[in-house]
Amino acid sequence: MNRYSIFSLIRNSVNYHQDWQRAWRSPDPKKEYDVVIVGGGGHGLATAYYLAKECGITNVAIIEKGWIGGGNTGRNTTIVRSNYLWDESAGIYEHAMKLWENLSTDLNYNVMFSQRGLLHLAHSVHDMQEIGRRGNAIHLNGIDSEFLSPAQIKEMVPFININCRYPVMGALLQKRGGTARHDAVAWGYARAADAMGVDIIQNCEVTGFRMENNTVKGVETSRGFIGAKKVGCVVAGNCSVLAEMAGFRLPIESFPLQALVSEPIKPILDCVVMSGSIHAYISQSDKGELVIGAGSDAYNSYSQRGGFDIIEETVGPVVELYPIFSRMKMLRQWGGIVDVTVDRSPLISKTPVDNLFFNCGWGTGGFKATPGSGNVFAHSIAKGEMHPIAEPFSINRFNSGALIDEGAAAAVAH
Amino acid sequence: MLIIECPWCGKRDQTEFSCHGEAHIARPLNTEELSEEEWGDYVFFRKNPKGLHYERWVHAHGCRRWFNVARNTLSDHIHGSYKPGETPPTIDTQEVSQ
Ligand SMILES: Cc1cc2nc3c(=O)[nH]c(=O)nc-3n(C[C@H](O)[C@H](O)[C@H](O)COP(=O)(O)OP(=O)(O)OC[C@H]3O[C@@H](n4cnc5c(N)ncnc54)[C@H](O)[C@@H]3O)c2cc1C
Ligand SMILES: [Zn+2]
Repeated sequence: MNRYSIFSLIRNSVNYHQDWQRAWRSPDPKKEYDVVIVGGGGHGLATAYYLAKECGITNVAIIEKGWIGGGNTGRNTTIVRSNYLWDESAGIYEHAMKLWENLSTDLNYNVMFSQRGLLHLAHSVHDMQEIGRRGNAIHLNGIDSEFLSPAQIKEMVPFININCRYPVMGALLQKRGGTARHDAVAWGYARAADAMGVDIIQNCEVTGFRMENNTVKGVETSRGFIGAKKVGCVVAGNCSVLAEMAGFRLPIESFPLQALVSEPIKPILDCVVMSGSIHAYISQSDKGELVIGAGSDAYNSYSQRGGFDIIEETVGPVVELYPIFSRMKMLRQWGGIVDVTVDRSPLISKTPVDNLFFNCGWGTGGFKATPGSGNVFAHSIAKGEMHPIAEPFSINRFNSGALIDEGAAAAVAH
Repeated sequence: MLIIECPWCGKRDQTEFSCHGEAHIARPLNTEELSEEEWGDYVFFRKNPKGLHYERWVHAHGCRRWFNVARNTLSDHIHGSYKPGETPPTIDTQEVSQ
């Protein structure tokens, strides 16, 4: 792998950028791997990267039915934060945050991680109590969070309409929160994993599992059988489909979640602003587009599209909070299929089948966890025992009742 | 946006309804004897299929009655609605995969 640096940039510019190496190979699948990762999203790619880098397992393949990063990784609104209520969540999201803070250097790839600060608005007494409780819980876990008054919010976002239909009464700020470039995260992990020998196999769909004595032996794919000593499944909205192939069910349902971006404008919004109770969240990309996250449809679907009514419900509050945006034109709108658990926390888990591991259930908010999730999943697969940070996120919690209820606690989807 | 047929009121816009997930999950009768596994299975685990799905809807902003819908979750094509207690229509899976 050629290292990217200011010198490689200069060297290549004199050749009119004709000689850049391909960022990763396109190998044919081998007969067998030590580990096969199903799903080439951020989480799957990160898993393969840390397997190779930290666990010494390089005989690894990532099997992706489409192109890498084409799932929710390339469809999300890229909000990164670690200010969750429960200790278990603080464990995994803060682990991810620490990895984010050094990720571009680690991967030698600019993932454009920008800790521009993230605001959660409160619009009612109940909201104020919620951010109070959560803010203090976050402090106890040693994670940064600050309370802002409406005047302080106005200082950060001068054009916000504080006295709107549901007046802004305060906010919780995580200064270390922000955004990252989603595609770059997929590409950076792919390039770095490939350099250590990981095979990235695109346009190859897993259609079944081969099992003997309740132990997985490999995957059936559209390009034939690929043997594996261990298999990690990281397929987000399609996890129930893969679980069915392996003969079990998951405590998950899949829903379309939408986002939209506006035409690009000059810099106006330099932080991320989220509002759970009226469901409007917004940031501005480095290209200048306003990135607006919408809600999810209220019925199961795999139709990567989403209902039209949801867009209306989303832009209404945005215009109410930011009247200045009322005449913006929207350029694109799309949907991704999110894998939602009832407690809004992920599953990182062994399964009823030996040597088959699942990492899913990240639902509407897993982009921020990408490095941490891949890291602990890699260690869990390598060792055959769940990493301590991953342990509480086992499928068994839905039988024991030890749910990690971030849905009810944070009332914010992302 | 879907057009949904309430068995009592007829075809209406989906925004009049709310969806309540997988249909035909019977509450176990021997609740005292259930293990944690069985309770968890009943409460939380779902088929979540890509394709034919039998699901419960309620006409929330209409007659407020419950009914079931057979829908393809990949294409969002609706095969039909039926009242609670009625046996679900059998649907040609060839048609479903279209
Ligand atoms: C509109 C939207 C906005 C979001 N906003 C945020 C946000 O602001 N912040 C945040 O933290 N999170 C956000 N999320 C959630 C976040 O995108 C996901 O939780 C995260 O990206 C999941 O990553 P992943 O790698 O697990 O899944 P994916 O990126 O979806 O990757 C799974 C891959 O598996 C592949 N696959 C599926 N089936 C098979 C098969 N049979 N064989 C082979 N491959 C298969 C798919 O093609 C896909 O590429 C958002 C999601 C959406 C849809
Ligand atoms: Zn009705």
